[in-house]
Amino acid sequence: MTETAIPDAAPVRRRSAPRGALIGQVFEGLCFGAATLLLAALGGIIVSLVIGGWPALSKFGVGFLFSAAWNPVTDVYGAAGPIVGTLITAALALLLALPIAGGVAFFLTELCPARLRRPIGTAVELLAGIPSIVYGMWGLFVFAPLFARFIQLPLMSAAKPGSLLETLTTGIPNGSGILPASIILAIMILPFMAATLRELLLTVPAAVRESAYGLGATTAEVVLSVTLPYVRQGAIGAVMLGLGRALGETMAVTFIIGNSHTFPKSLFDSGSTIASTIANEFTEATSPIHTAALISLGLVLFLITFAVLGLARLLLRQQGAKL
Amino acid sequence: MLKILGAAFGAALIVGVATQAAAAGSISGAGATFPAPVYNKWAEAYKAQTQTALNYQAIGSGGGIKQIQASTVDFGASDKPLKLEDQAKDGLVMFPTVIGGIVPVMNLPGFKPGQLKMTGANLADIYRGAIKNWNDPILAKANPGLKLPNLPITVVHRSDGSGTTFLFTSYLSLEAPHWASEVGANDSVQWPVGLGGKGNDGVAAFVKQTPGSIGYVEYAYAKQNAMTYALMQDKAGQFIAPTAANFKAAAANAKWTEAPGFYLLLLDQPGANAWPITGATFILMHAKQTDAAKGKDVLAFFDWAYKNGDAAAEQLDYVPLPANVKDLIRKSWSKIVGPDGKPVYK
Repeated sequence: MTETAIPDAAPVRRRSAPRGALIGQVFEGLCFGAATLLLAALGGIIVSLVIGGWPALSKFGVGFLFSAAWNPVTDVYGAAGPIVGTLITAALALLLALPIAGGVAFFLTELCPARLRRPIGTAVELLAGIPSIVYGMWGLFVFAPLFARFIQLPLMSAAKPGSLLETLTTGIPNGSGILPASIILAIMILPFMAATLRELLLTVPAAVRESAYGLGATTAEVVLSVTLPYVRQGAIGAVMLGLGRALGETMAVTFIIGNSHTFPKSLFDSGSTIASTIANEFTEATSPIHTAALISLGLVLFLITFAVLGLARLLLRQQGAKL
Repeated sequence: MLKILGAAFGAALIVGVATQAAAAGSISGAGATFPAPVYNKWAEAYKAQTQTALNYQAIGSGGGIKQIQASTVDFGASDKPLKLEDQAKDGLVMFPTVIGGIVPVMNLPGFKPGQLKMTGANLADIYRGAIKNWNDPILAKANPGLKLPNLPITVVHRSDGSGTTFLFTSYLSLEAPHWASEVGANDSVQWPVGLGGKGNDGVAAFVKQTPGSIGYVEYAYAKQNAMTYALMQDKAGQFIAPTAANFKAAAANAKWTEAPGFYLLLLDQPGANAWPITGATFILMHAKQTDAAKGKDVLAFFDWAYKNGDAAAEQLDYVPLPANVKDLIRKSWSKIVGPDGKPVYK
């Protein structure tokens, strides 16, 4: 899609004046340099992650990805616990944030009285500007106790012994664990997705929407069958943006996830993510294998993010082919 | 173009200022976060008196060891002592600066600080999940006459690698053979049970928010947050409170003279009122200084701190070293020599 949408760059018309030509050359050179620098940085990061992580990767092999052992005393490391934690929290956060982000965006573009449009839009953008450490502290000191009291404890006491709900809700009733971390993540990625979706919806030509209304469609019908399909490709990009942030988020998660390297067994069980594990242990990792294992974790996160972006590209391409 | 010129000029200015600052006499150190507040406080007072500035970067003990091995700093700092053979491997000399204590804290509704008595073995059993409830008969045995609630125990530990965890797990290893063989001691370990909070404040927050929980924090946190602590059993079998005097007792009674390279964890030390989970934080320097004047500056700073820094340390809830230990350290400095083989500081 992207390839067909952007026409092949037409040959640049150069100005004949020598001054203009010089400026043009410098400009081209700078742009080329910027792009090359970016690629070089990307390549450099991958190479240094592989080199730094090599002692661990060569020692544990592929088993590094599938073992849940994480024992700094015996220097045996496996990434499975943090990988699973990262994927679960990111997916849950996306699941929670997407409907709300969509709702916010639709409300702002279709339903919101003009007077409120700006304050709500600004509030969403402000939410995006809050540093993640603030979310972490808020999560630990404010959100966790409230969550434990009004959601976790009622759920735990409502669960019948042996039921699925009981399996899902076993844990320490203090508002920490996988689900609370996912909720914090959801709040963090919500503004990004909402703001991007809103911008996307605003690109729908007024004529298209107005004709749909003119045909007698309700707001819901306009949103679901006209504007949403119109921005579908861009929306996937917005979702991936949110997912990318959720995968790499560090501080807020570290505060509240409980930081246990085992597989989480329930929604309220302690877990860990790749980013939180690195943040927790990197400063005090003294043995070379420990450091290497943490760098390897970084490489794994890099590859996961890469895979997510690749998947997004693939989806976009397929969507493009369909249209 | 002007902008580029401006940037270049700015960079030149910064470099110029930096070299100037170095010339005016400055020493650099990096490492443990635990003693960073007191090092910075000392540095402030020292600079006012001597014009010598100390630039200390609290990057963590692991980082401190790596930086001194790479000789990028004048001294490294670590909460986790290096054994003599490890010091020798990199040509390092180690000495302690201040002492801290680690305090088991809990959230037991209705309990006052110091009401619960705890032994090292019981603490280890709690942390490996063998004792699961506060009404366990083993806990009741250590606490005759105290009514312990029927409340599940939630174990809270540090999630980040830390010298506090190293000291705590070393203590559990010392007290319980099970712990030593199953878990061991390190600045982060594979915890059998429980959840991890980030930093002392993270552990303190989880403990406060979870009825029935138990955690371990540095003494300053337990004191400043007025947390419910347990009395620990000392080597003589007495149950004692975590106080500055009791940490000092642990350091005073310790056999520093028999500790090669000052490698000593002040765990379960003999003598009356020696708090069993006590530890010092350490400085690492190269035994052979390439720049004798720099080595002298560093040692002069710590000599000054031993003489004048006790009040500042106590204010921040650290425990100064006893006088006899300080003298021993000063004697050990004769090992730190310049390129000419003579001690850099006397």
